[in-house]
Amino acid sequence: MISYLLKRLVLMVPLLLGITLVSFVVIHLAPGEPTDLQTQLNPEVSAELQQRLRAQYDLDRPLLVQYGKWLSRLVRLDFGDSFSQDRRPVTAKIAERLPVTILINVLSITLILAVAVPVGILAAVRRNSTFDRLTTLFVFIGFATPSFWLALLLMDLLGVRYGLFPVVGLKSLGHDYLSFTARVFDILRHLVLPVFVSAFGGLAGFSRYMRANMLEVIRQDYILTARAKGLTERRVIGHHALRNALLPVITILGLSVPGLIGGSVIFETIFAIPGMGKLFYDGVMMRDYPLIMGILVIGAILTLVGNLLADLGYALADPRIRRG
Amino acid sequence: MSRELSGSRLLRWLMTFCCLLLINACDRRDYAPSVSAEDGPPVPGDTILIGSGADAVTLLPVLASDSTSGDINGLVYNGLVRYDKNLEIEGALAESWEVSEDNLVLTFHLRRDVLWHDGAPFTAEDVLFTYELLVDPETPTAYADRYRQVAEAQVVDNYTFRVRYHEPLAPALISWAFPIHPRHLLEGAELTRSPLAARPVGTGPYRLVDWRRGERIVLEANPDYFEGPPYIQRVVYRVIPDSTTMFLELQSGGLDYMGLTPLQYAMQTDTPAFRRRFRKYRYPAFAYTYLGYNLQRPLFQDRRVRQALSYAIDKQEIIDGVLLGLGQVADGPYTPGSWVHHPQLRQYDYNPGRARELLAEAGWSDRNGDGFLEKDGRSLAFTIVTNQGNDQRVKAGEIIQRRLAEVGVQVRLRVVEWATFLNEFINPGNFDATILGWSGGIDPDVYNVWHSSKTGPGELNFIGFKNAEADELLEQGRRTFDLEERRRIYHRFQEILAEEQPYTFLYVPESLPVVAARFRGIEPAAAGIMHNFIRWYVPAEEQKYRR
Repeated sequence: MISYLLKRLVLMVPLLLGITLVSFVVIHLAPGEPTDLQTQLNPEVSAELQQRLRAQYDLDRPLLVQYGKWLSRLVRLDFGDSFSQDRRPVTAKIAERLPVTILINVLSITLILAVAVPVGILAAVRRNSTFDRLTTLFVFIGFATPSFWLALLLMDLLGVRYGLFPVVGLKSLGHDYLSFTARVFDILRHLVLPVFVSAFGGLAGFSRYMRANMLEVIRQDYILTARAKGLTERRVIGHHALRNALLPVITILGLSVPGLIGGSVIFETIFAIPGMGKLFYDGVMMRDYPLIMGILVIGAILTLVGNLLADLGYALADPRIRRG
Repeated sequence: MSRELSGSRLLRWLMTFCCLLLINACDRRDYAPSVSAEDGPPVPGDTILIGSGADAVTLLPVLASDSTSGDINGLVYNGLVRYDKNLEIEGALAESWEVSEDNLVLTFHLRRDVLWHDGAPFTAEDVLFTYELLVDPETPTAYADRYRQVAEAQVVDNYTFRVRYHEPLAPALISWAFPIHPRHLLEGAELTRSPLAARPVGTGPYRLVDWRRGERIVLEANPDYFEGPPYIQRVVYRVIPDSTTMFLELQSGGLDYMGLTPLQYAMQTDTPAFRRRFRKYRYPAFAYTYLGYNLQRPLFQDRRVRQALSYAIDKQEIIDGVLLGLGQVADGPYTPGSWVHHPQLRQYDYNPGRARELLAEAGWSDRNGDGFLEKDGRSLAFTIVTNQGNDQRVKAGEIIQRRLAEVGVQVRLRVVEWATFLNEFINPGNFDATILGWSGGIDPDVYNVWHSSKTGPGELNFIGFKNAEADELLEQGRRTFDLEERRRIYHRFQEILAEEQPYTFLYVPESLPVVAARFRGIEPAAAGIMHNFIRWYVPAEEQKYRR
């Protein structure tokens, strides 16, 4: 087991290098440079000044030299400074966006699981009932609803017209003057709409997935056996069927580990939440290479680790993988 | 069968939902300032919440080039001079100034009562330091070029600063509106790592107290401001990237000021409730949108063709369709109504008949009966490129496409992402025509955009406009200080552009700010409404935020 783990860890290094090289080359292939936004079509900037600025960012050096410099910083765990005019360290920029993104993603995954799993099971157990039909309808609506549209409708109805929830952001203006409980309540109130909207699409898909798994499992022979033994229906479904139906779901959860740090641009833009999605998008639009690479590297590492964990999980569960 | 049933149920449900939305058009969270109330005397207090589409990047003006940073720096710092409400130059940190006989030397006499936010006195050393910062090759700034025309800058005494130029330069004076940086905090430190980028120290009416990145920036009135403390105690910039969301937040009371889109201004703000709670303003922006022709292309080298295209485009129709009427027809590079604008320029009102005549004169006719014109076996067709993300330009392009098709010109429209647009099309001159806009300049010097020496790769005269007389006028214009003389020079320059039509000038958009009705003392003027921001106030009984 230990040697398997070591082998996998060693193999991850060239893989990671490959990912960074490809990413680095690809983002530099995109036309445009970080200094463009500041200098292009700016009546105040001469061509000579543009060159001077490029040189300050090392953009006049060959691509491989730039990559080498970046890599040598990376091995010292330094993502470098952002190319945007604030020149702040990439790590600082990512660190200030990460907590919000993770908070919303965790809440939304929890909400999805808490609702989709029971809904899926019920729909499978009572196949073709009114409940099943209704959830099917809900699923189609959920899939078909563009999240930005739903967000705007909810904001207008619940935020502006009824004033139930704040429209944007995560804290109200006087947040700092509130007591601790009031602060928590304030943040929760702000989170209701964003978490609901971000969970909405996933809710639909996940409950379908859960239903299909469950249908698969309850057709198996061992369920028949369990019923034949005279177990209660509750125990047959809740104990014997559910465990097996949940296994693939857990795999999917493992694969969504890198997704925890990824945000959605559309959704963060609409709710004015400063998260990772907007950070990355803005980084790409202004060709902020160190920032883009920083986020990509973190994402790549999380993906590799997520895969490793999933494989380890399989290995633990399945002796055939462990010995092979 | 059951599918259809659920389908129609869904439809009914959706319709009910929509009706609910309509019924609730009346806002119960309305707070109504009484319109009849006397505007009491100005009193300090209250907070203004300003909606901003993007966060600031850096609050060191020498490094900043985005508009939010610019807005905030405008409240935190001062320049030596500034534009007043009529766009005439007045003193800010400089009490007065002199221009020497030969127009080469500017001498500024500085105010003696100015303190930095940390209490240190402001002196001429700070001005010299700012100048040195701007021209230092190590400083990654986009503003260096204007200051490198300075031959010599010197501190005469603590409150007198003098610059000598190589050649007379008319826009020199207003270039000293650039925010002055504090020497005692920046000298000797590495500029790009200075903590002042996040915690600025200026001389301006507001000082920064809190910056949550991506969320909000909070400014507080500076009680020691040399023109007297501003009335509004706090200014909060809230970052809300989506303009629809921003508008919803405005309606729910979370914002007091934002810039509206034409659609919001014309269609969504015309309710009694909105009028009771907010005041809308409109005034022309210092910007214009144009259709520029690549003059290197044989097609556009014939002036008659360019004039014909201008006649064939209905500018008013574009303004009505794209800006919902909230704009003005542009006829040159200067905003109508500004001092330098030529009031009697040759106009290209929509006239498709005249357009056809001019094209026929230039030898274009429909020989094969396909509805489009040909000459020497080539058909009259070209591509307009414009950048993604500016819906107004794309819509204008579509309207132009249709109007030109009516006179037999085949136009394709291509929309490209900004960086690609610049690097693949504009900079290498690889385009037929483009829809773009210029903005900013209040000084009429447009040398960099129109002079024939500025046609190199990456330079701004990318359409390749070359006209000897225009070149000479542009050179004279920037060397002349006398206003009347300058006006005469630029009038002639506008006549040349009107005749040559290297651009079809399309429209001047309008700024459409909206402010909560409780704010008083707002004076709309040529410079907009923000020029007397420090004199805005909220009557005591209407103040909304106690701190």
